[in-house]
Amino acid sequence: MFFIQLKDLFKSYGSVRALNGLNLKVPKGSLYGLLGPNGAGKSTALRIICTLLQPDSGDVQVAGKNALLEEKETRRRLGYVAQDVAIDKILTGRELLQLQGDLYHLNKNFKKKRIDELIQRLEMKEWIDRRCGSFSGGMKRRLDLASGLLHEPELLILDEPTVGLDIESRSVIWALLKELRNNETTILLSSHYLEEVDELADEMAIIDKGKVIASGKPEDLKSELGGDRVTLRVREFSNSLEAESVRKLIKNINGVSNVVINKKQGYSLNFLVSSNDVISSLSDHLSQENFEVFALSHSRPSLDDVYLQATGKTLMDAELELAGKRDFKLENKKSMR
Amino acid sequence: MTITNSSLHQEEHFRNDLGEIIQETSALTWRLFIQLIRRPSTLFAGILQPLIWLLLFAALFSKAPIDFLPGSSSYGEFLGAGLIVFTAFSGALNAGLPVMFDREFGFLNRLLVAPLSSRSSIVISSVIYITTISLMQSFAIMATSALLGYGWPSFGGFLLIAITLLLLIFAITGLSLGLAFILPGHIELIAIIFIANLPVLFASTALAPISFMPKWLGWIASINPLTFAIEPIRMAYNNSVDMKLVLINAPYGELNGYSCLVILFILTVGLFFLIRPLLNRKLA
Repeated sequence: MFFIQLKDLFKSYGSVRALNGLNLKVPKGSLYGLLGPNGAGKSTALRIICTLLQPDSGDVQVAGKNALLEEKETRRRLGYVAQDVAIDKILTGRELLQLQGDLYHLNKNFKKKRIDELIQRLEMKEWIDRRCGSFSGGMKRRLDLASGLLHEPELLILDEPTVGLDIESRSVIWALLKELRNNETTILLSSHYLEEVDELADEMAIIDKGKVIASGKPEDLKSELGGDRVTLRVREFSNSLEAESVRKLIKNINGVSNVVINKKQGYSLNFLVSSNDVISSLSDHLSQENFEVFALSHSRPSLDDVYLQATGKTLMDAELELAGKRDFKLENKKSMR
Repeated sequence: MTITNSSLHQEEHFRNDLGEIIQETSALTWRLFIQLIRRPSTLFAGILQPLIWLLLFAALFSKAPIDFLPGSSSYGEFLGAGLIVFTAFSGALNAGLPVMFDREFGFLNRLLVAPLSSRSSIVISSVIYITTISLMQSFAIMATSALLGYGWPSFGGFLLIAITLLLLIFAITGLSLGLAFILPGHIELIAIIFIANLPVLFASTALAPISFMPKWLGWIASINPLTFAIEPIRMAYNNSVDMKLVLINAPYGELNGYSCLVILFILTVGLFFLIRPLLNRKLA
């Protein structure tokens, strides 16, 4: 059974299309990762599920109900931890949790019990009675997570939960997410950290330009690539013509597949090899055509390779490409009501 | 009379909803008061500024001819009503700021993701908070005026002052909350507050009667909401409360105490209906 189902979601901000026909199915009780660079549409999708945004068109089902029509019911079921931690700097951590409990209409005893549990579970006892304005990024994020979990939601939505966090906070959050997943809470997590999705997610989807370009279990996605990943450079800084010649040469070698030219990394070539024997055959072919091997790396496929295969660029390159194009005014407008 | 299961269920549902609304509204209001207790500078600034005005203006115009000040025995006494209203007006005009900061810093999203029984709780909590603060500030000015020898109203007068101030505070709070949802950021809201504050004061009967003003300013003063609040309060200080007494000799006619309160009431209700669709849309 799917706890979340998004169908043909479209959303634009002026001329900028944030979601472009997004389809997603999140199984109940799973930890589902959304991977993609900043600006891919992850946050917009999460904000729509949380009822903070209305899509231009499309269908949103949460727990079998239309979340666009039954907003209050949807809100009761979910906890949301936003990308930008929104806390009141004047309140103490405990006061913020008490406020959150009242907004979810928890009774006094249950509220106190849950606050105490979460303080202990998220290791916040030392500082929970201090004002939030004095908290570090990690403390704020833990407090925000506690707020999202206070009413024991069936669905927890986390938008980039560990961005910029210290190792200790990240490890506390990861441990809690694993525990929640084991307790049948459905978790939808967006991230642009490959290792986070790889480590935590039962299933995942890669989002690029507002739509899902690959989805499944991380291991399946990696194994679907069909072999080990090789990165080849025939010169430190090659060019497109040379890279294209090499691509034509190696794509015909037995056991080589999915050859992609990575422009951002000096026209290096990324491809898959079915076995180690293919590597030696590759060197022979290159030397016959007078190409030298400047660098060659060989590794087990990662989620970055899955992303590369689907988009022709690594996640980091996609991040860098989008970083220059980001419109902070528009992003601010998106996050404000 | 037979009570059906359905009506019992509806009653229980209503009671639950009401309980939830009270819980969320009190929590949101308490949050604003915690902020005030821990950062009381705005409260004190809101009292200090009109107090300084009261002291300086009363001294500056202490030799002003009394004939020009209808019903007052000194300029300080005349000025008191204006500054009480100005204090309430300034306080209410700031009502939108906490909401604007919540919008800007994303805290409003935290509230909107919560299954609030009524999103009006967000607005109601702001109104309760600002009304309390504005009344506290206004009463502080009244107390200081009394200490300076400018008088204290009778019980009826005090009641009239409270009603008048409440109407003005509700109207201006509504306006400010509306602006907080229309404007893009707090800089713009502060700019409007800054621009509106003093001209609205000067273009009212707070500092001088209409008869003292040039014709064009007299016209502006006689349609200025502050004037409709100032004159009943001035009456509450000067005479026994007689709502039929003509309080404003406006270029377009004479207005008594009732007229002033009715105009303030219409303004409050009108502004409420004006901003309601906006709040519904923004808090949907």
